[in-house]
Amino acid sequence: MWSASGRRLRASSANPRADQVKPPPFDYAKPASLSEALELLASDDDAKILAGGQSFVPVLNFRLASPSLLIDINGLAELGRISLVDGGLRLGAIVRYRDLEDSELVAAENPLLAHALHHIAHYQIRNRGTVGGSSSHADPSAEFPAVSALCGAEYVLQSIRGSRVLPADEFFLGALTTALEADEILTEIRFPPWPRDRRWAFEEIAPRLGDFAILGAAVLLDPGETRILVFGAGDRASRLPRAEAALRGRTLDKAAILEAAKLASEEIEPQGDIHATAEYRKAMAEVLVERCLERASGVKVVA
Amino acid sequence: MTPRTVKLRVNGEAREGQAEPRLLLADFLRHELHLTGTHVGCEHGVCGACTVIVDGRAMRSCLMFAVQAEGTEITTVEGLGTPENLSPLQDAFHRHHALQCGFCTAGILTTMTALLKEEPDPTPDRVREVLSGNLCRCTGYIPIVDAVLDAAEKIRAAKA
Amino acid sequence: MQPKPEGLDPKTFIGQPILRNEDARFLTGGGTYSDDVTRPGMLHAAILRSSHAHGLVRGIDASEALALPGVVAVYAWADIADIAQPIPIRLAPLVGLDRFPQYCLASDKVRFVGEPIALVVAESRYIAEDALNLISVDIEELPAIVDFAGASAPKSLLHDAHGTNIASAYEVQRGDVKAAFAEADYRRRETFVCQRHTGVPMETRAVIAEWDVAAQHMTVWGATKVPFPNRATLAKMLGLEDKSVDLIEVDVGGGFGIRGEFYPEDFLIPFAAKKLGRPVKWIEDRREHLLSAQHSRDVSCILEIACKSDGTILGLYAELFVDLGAYVRTVGGVVPAKAAQFVPGPYRIANVGCSVQIFLSNKTPVGTYRAPGRYESNFFRERLIDMAAHDLGIDPAEIRRRNLVLGSEMPYGIGKLVPYEPEGEYDTGDFVAAFERALQDSDWNALNARQGEDEDGWLHGTGLACFVETGGAGPKETARLVVRKEDGGINLFIGSSALGQGHETVFAQICADALGIPFKGIRVFHGSTTYLDEGYGTYASRAIVMGGSAVLNTAETLIETMKPLAAEALGFPNEALVWKAGRFETESGGSSIGLAELAAATAQEIRADGSFSSTRRTASYGTHVAHVAVDRRTGKIRLIDYYVVEDVGRIINPLIVHGQAVGGVVQGLGGAFLENLAYDENGQFLAGSFADYLMPTATDFPSIHCTSLELSRAPSNPLGAKGAGEGGTTAAGAAIGNAVSAALRKYGAEVHELPVTPSKVWSLIAQAKAAAGQ
Repeated sequence: MWSASGRRLRASSANPRADQVKPPPFDYAKPASLSEALELLASDDDAKILAGGQSFVPVLNFRLASPSLLIDINGLAELGRISLVDGGLRLGAIVRYRDLEDSELVAAENPLLAHALHHIAHYQIRNRGTVGGSSSHADPSAEFPAVSALCGAEYVLQSIRGSRVLPADEFFLGALTTALEADEILTEIRFPPWPRDRRWAFEEIAPRLGDFAILGAAVLLDPGETRILVFGAGDRASRLPRAEAALRGRTLDKAAILEAAKLASEEIEPQGDIHATAEYRKAMAEVLVERCLERASGVKVVA
Repeated sequence: MTPRTVKLRVNGEAREGQAEPRLLLADFLRHELHLTGTHVGCEHGVCGACTVIVDGRAMRSCLMFAVQAEGTEITTVEGLGTPENLSPLQDAFHRHHALQCGFCTAGILTTMTALLKEEPDPTPDRVREVLSGNLCRCTGYIPIVDAVLDAAEKIRAAKA
Repeated sequence: MQPKPEGLDPKTFIGQPILRNEDARFLTGGGTYSDDVTRPGMLHAAILRSSHAHGLVRGIDASEALALPGVVAVYAWADIADIAQPIPIRLAPLVGLDRFPQYCLASDKVRFVGEPIALVVAESRYIAEDALNLISVDIEELPAIVDFAGASAPKSLLHDAHGTNIASAYEVQRGDVKAAFAEADYRRRETFVCQRHTGVPMETRAVIAEWDVAAQHMTVWGATKVPFPNRATLAKMLGLEDKSVDLIEVDVGGGFGIRGEFYPEDFLIPFAAKKLGRPVKWIEDRREHLLSAQHSRDVSCILEIACKSDGTILGLYAELFVDLGAYVRTVGGVVPAKAAQFVPGPYRIANVGCSVQIFLSNKTPVGTYRAPGRYESNFFRERLIDMAAHDLGIDPAEIRRRNLVLGSEMPYGIGKLVPYEPEGEYDTGDFVAAFERALQDSDWNALNARQGEDEDGWLHGTGLACFVETGGAGPKETARLVVRKEDGGINLFIGSSALGQGHETVFAQICADALGIPFKGIRVFHGSTTYLDEGYGTYASRAIVMGGSAVLNTAETLIETMKPLAAEALGFPNEALVWKAGRFETESGGSSIGLAELAAATAQEIRADGSFSSTRRTASYGTHVAHVAVDRRTGKIRLIDYYVVEDVGRIINPLIVHGQAVGGVVQGLGGAFLENLAYDENGQFLAGSFADYLMPTATDFPSIHCTSLELSRAPSNPLGAKGAGEGGTTAAGAAIGNAVSAALRKYGAEVHELPVTPSKVWSLIAQAKAAAGQ
């Protein structure tokens, strides 16, 4: 498996060719409208969409993909908007991380997302990398897909056949795998409204600032519901139903937090790699979920 | 694939060159426009040596294709200053011994030039955070951080 | 900033923090690095590398690649077989190593992932890479050897003809180890591992070659480190005389011991250029670099210590296991030999024994990287000393103070611990003074009082590590000084190569003082074989010691050479002249002549050649202090502060020395915390990108304090200089191992293995807790 996001590209298991860094030949088109882009994509089975390219260009440079045609959607202003619709944040697919960092709307309407941005790659990558590109790439350790999954965001997919809207947990199917069909473009990500009384926390362990997480966790505390998610532990970011269930209808006290954190650790089946063992990831799920719950609830857990 | 003509502005001048679609912007700048100050260190977007300023923002030129730069305004290290007239940032690098082999330097200078334009008074932590997108194997980064903070102060003083 | 050193003569430029001459061009994009070299009609090469760790090459078919438009040639073993020669071992020829050299292309077997199989030459690098996909290679896979157990129980042999995977094995000893251990009050034996990691300069390797048919002359750009020996190797491989080959050093983006050795591409590219009659460029890409530029470290050690109950170290015995990879490259057995030699480090240990096992594996060949062998042994020894101190109830500073070699014991003989070298010594030094200075700089007593302190779940720990590094010797270095006709300035040609340190500045400083002339008028030309008939290069922190001394000697020769010319020009052929502040004066003081006038008045070029030889190594030494805090739940480590004090004998340029120290520390910390050239059990490489091979970034280690001292000049050279390039790196793994172990003391967990990652620290704590039944 290979995945990439700017600096954060990694290999697990067998290397493919180890002697190439220049992309294979392809044709290039820069459509002026979404409909033109959809037409182009439908007309060529081997065409691929190019957004910010911070995940996909390394894949091309390493010749892990050989598209016949790259359809550059960076010119589609309609996909570059950050807006608030029915109280929910809507992000066009080519909204760049930098745009999110600069957006007061994002800071106000999704403080968790605003916070998580600081963990995503680096300044230069965030200047160009897009939410749609990163989501389509679907690295299981990536922060944006994780936040979108925890928030219950919806993914809007369009093709010349029409459009469909998938919740995050139906959009992300596995490591580097999404529900996108060959002729579909991810055009928008819609976040539900952020409740005013919501509390949240986010934690991750990475080897260095900006690296993909060895393990990350995030929680949302709403009246009557606690959501818990970990990423970097499996083939995609996942909410943890057993840990969440343990807290349902229960006062969030120290005992509850410790129990949920323990369940979180038991609930995941992570893999080991050169950066950390599977056991470590399991143990960190407990620590990070505990810390998230502690921070979000304000309940002091002295472990 | 057939090369096409790419027209853009580089360091304030109108330039054009030929690029087949797959030609990386870094290779185009270096080998087509002969601006070899931009360096290539990894070609997978990690090391930052190839960073240039595209329409005001610091970006990896190894993660863009030259054809995508059509119509853009690019600044490379060659556009920051000359040996006789170093920019305040370049001068601070010189005074702080913030470079040794010089290979990563271009990408750091472009990154920090863009940063200081956006944030004239960054904290040391902010400089380190932004600098973490560039690898340097010689200096240990400490003199680079000192140089950036020093340059920021000088630039602010000059404007005041 | 350093104080200005006291010299024998009042000096003007030596010892001053002169800003570098190199900077202006590097800062403005005006440097010329290898990939900036372009020749008319130039072709581009890419190399097909093995994706198998071990296998028999059954066949190669390049016909499809050759049919691709833009492809000019494909070369495989069959194309070079009739002239192929093995890459020679330049250093550390331990017995047996010469059986396992690498040829420039794989013949019947591939032995590591990344081994060159074929060379494609095309009109562009893009096309050359396209062609790689069109070459079919039929490889029959063999079992891979990835560790000592596999190598020593040979279910699979890398080199069948030799019947073993053990490249060399030897024992060395000083004193009587057996007796020392027998009489000791205390003994402890531990196993340590220093992982495979390496230099990884920001500029990858590069070769650009051009064959001049008419002149029958080969020019190669991209050389560095040791251009002169590499020229000899290439000339021999091409069947040419040395003078028919020139290696040109352009600007070099870092070396750190790994760049500039003779690699297969250093033959393949000139070979192709000669064959095709067109210039050929090869720029190593980053993935190739991580796979095929030499790896380093990768030493394991079972170390045993014998002490008196007062902490006096009586003996050390080390069993070293060194994975040299699939072939023995140019630097031979430097890593194992130096690892063994530096087992005792800067301590007075009369009885030292080492058993060294050097084995082959299906991995990239291992060579030198900044502080080769030393980094590893410092880690092993300093860790064990801390364990012994703890067992004996002695403070970690006190046990070191009691055992460091004293200034009064210098020169201190270190016996014959290296089979291919005579008895060694530490030339001069006050190890204790540097040690005490480090304690003072770091406020050790205050730090030591916080050992193990739990601050909101972060456990504090502080580690000490002492080192000594010998270097700065080897084959003679040469220099030439030429007085420029146009302005009377000096062109300084030096055999030392430059890899980014600042040689154009420091050699000019030395020359300016030696001649008493302004620094500004001196231009330094380095590395290329076109400048001098002979020379050597830069490694083992030798450039200033050897090259700098050569400049001093040459300056003296130049003055003597000019004296009769000056007397002639002044019209006092019989009067004795005095050289003063860059001018010759008559003794009476009535007349004088400077360089510009002399050059103008003299028909021939005024120049002098000189050299410097020394086989006596200089001993730089010092102490590292690390202060860390460990999150006891996640194993995350914060480096709070790091201190290094090093005595380098003589500081030519404090700014540059300080830069070497700080940069060296961060490299050392990379090895301590992050960097790992990992393989899986099948010999597949797992660190083939910068997202897998993790090097330090700006946020990792923000607080590093280095002090360079001039306590003890080296007697071996007229400058009194010692090596100054490796002291920051060499003890970083050791200090970090000790600091993290100190932080974990309450669990009784000890670091035995680098790198110290959060995952490993968590495991250490978990295991210690389990063992304690918690």
